[in-house]
Amino acid sequence: MAYINADIIKITTPLSRDVTSSLRAGDNVLISGKILTARDAAHKRFVELLEKGEPLPINLEGQIIYYAGPAPTPPGRASGSFGPTTSYRMDKYTPQLLERGLLGMIGKGTRSADVIDAMMRHGAVYFAATGGAAALIARSIVQSEVLCYDDLGAEAVRLLTVVDFPAIVAIDSRGANLYEIGRNKYKINREKNGG
Amino acid sequence: MREITASQIKDTIKTLFININYEIGDNVLSSLKCALDREVSPVGKAILSQIIENDIIAKNERVAMCQDTGMAVVFAEVGQDVHITGGNFVDAINQGVREAYSEGCLRKSIVADPLFDRKNTGDNTPAVIYTDIVPGDKIKLTVTCKGFGSENMSRIKMMTPADGVDGVLDFIVNTVVEAGPNPCPPTIVGVCIGGTMDKAAQIAKLATIRPVGSHNSDPRYAQLEAEALRRINDSGVGPGGLGGRVTCLAVNIESYPTHIAGMPVAVNVCCHAARHGEAVI
Repeated sequence: MAYINADIIKITTPLSRDVTSSLRAGDNVLISGKILTARDAAHKRFVELLEKGEPLPINLEGQIIYYAGPAPTPPGRASGSFGPTTSYRMDKYTPQLLERGLLGMIGKGTRSADVIDAMMRHGAVYFAATGGAAALIARSIVQSEVLCYDDLGAEAVRLLTVVDFPAIVAIDSRGANLYEIGRNKYKINREKNGG
Repeated sequence: MREITASQIKDTIKTLFININYEIGDNVLSSLKCALDREVSPVGKAILSQIIENDIIAKNERVAMCQDTGMAVVFAEVGQDVHITGGNFVDAINQGVREAYSEGCLRKSIVADPLFDRKNTGDNTPAVIYTDIVPGDKIKLTVTCKGFGSENMSRIKMMTPADGVDGVLDFIVNTVVEAGPNPCPPTIVGVCIGGTMDKAAQIAKLATIRPVGSHNSDPRYAQLEAEALRRINDSGVGPGGLGGRVTCLAVNIESYPTHIAGMPVAVNVCCHAARHGEAVI
């Protein structure tokens, strides 16, 4: 990671709005502390509970949800390979979780306008982890335990203890989106020859 | 007539799936290193160096390079002089997948019913199996494990002959650029033009595992590959989709005869790992 060491920001969970509001799209961060994991199936259950007026099995206040489901843990290790999944599949459910105090999400790929609006309203941040860097990311996970929905297997909700989990601020709490900024910066518009 | 046992097939499949999940291919790894040299975006360089570091860790420590260990796809070429004994061919392949995913600590990602139940089969079976009967007395097994971050970004379009080269090129480029960060760029893109709807999709899948840097033997298609690659890399999507010049490592295009009224085009997008391997029994 020689290219990003120069300006790394270390953050710890739970997050505060002071921290999330200071982060800017493009910042390189190393996250330490506890983070939750949830994918499609767990999000569906969360939102079904909320719609029935029932409490969630986890407290989201100041928390980060990592969109990921691991490979099984090899013997003698804290975690199996554990990279991010594509985030747009969670977009439908995310605004309701942001209303409950969720302040950070880690995944890959951009988010819907509804999610970005809700992030700006609630001061939340979306981090990108490198898709496919699952063995590298697993090195930052020192403990992994299933919190609930064990029946979902790889999709169960886990509580991870992480040290220096590498991520990039992809969308900040003001709505600045590195997926758009980065693409526009490096786009090449070639003029058509001849004519 | 040569006898090959079901157990030989099972063992070969098991070894292949464990190895392709742990060991990045040399061809793919060297293309990632070239991409790191070529990339100008600092974020893009950081992501490429993470990917390379990840692949080296996975290989050295024999762990899955990606948690999405994919759906198992097997292309089998079975010699017509082979007699399979001691079990049936499809069961042997699925048993090999079952053992690889269980013993290799690979994620089980397959649900039995796609729409209503979505209950995990628990062993990553069934595999998707394509079998060709060929001359000879050997079995060649070519396998890939396809993650769905990239599979979900793939498209097929029943184009018309009038759409021509420009139409095909636009469809390929738009599919990959609109996929943006989702398929884990830099991607390897497999394309088939022609055949029927299903044949085009099948060949496009096979095209994703053609070596990076190889070209279609027909110079017209080779030029189409180069033009599609250039336009995709002009998009600025970049590694991880966070901006940069390397969005795609290769566009591999194949063709197949088709009907006078049609021109199917299948675009199968594959992530930067392009996990695949082959063995001959």
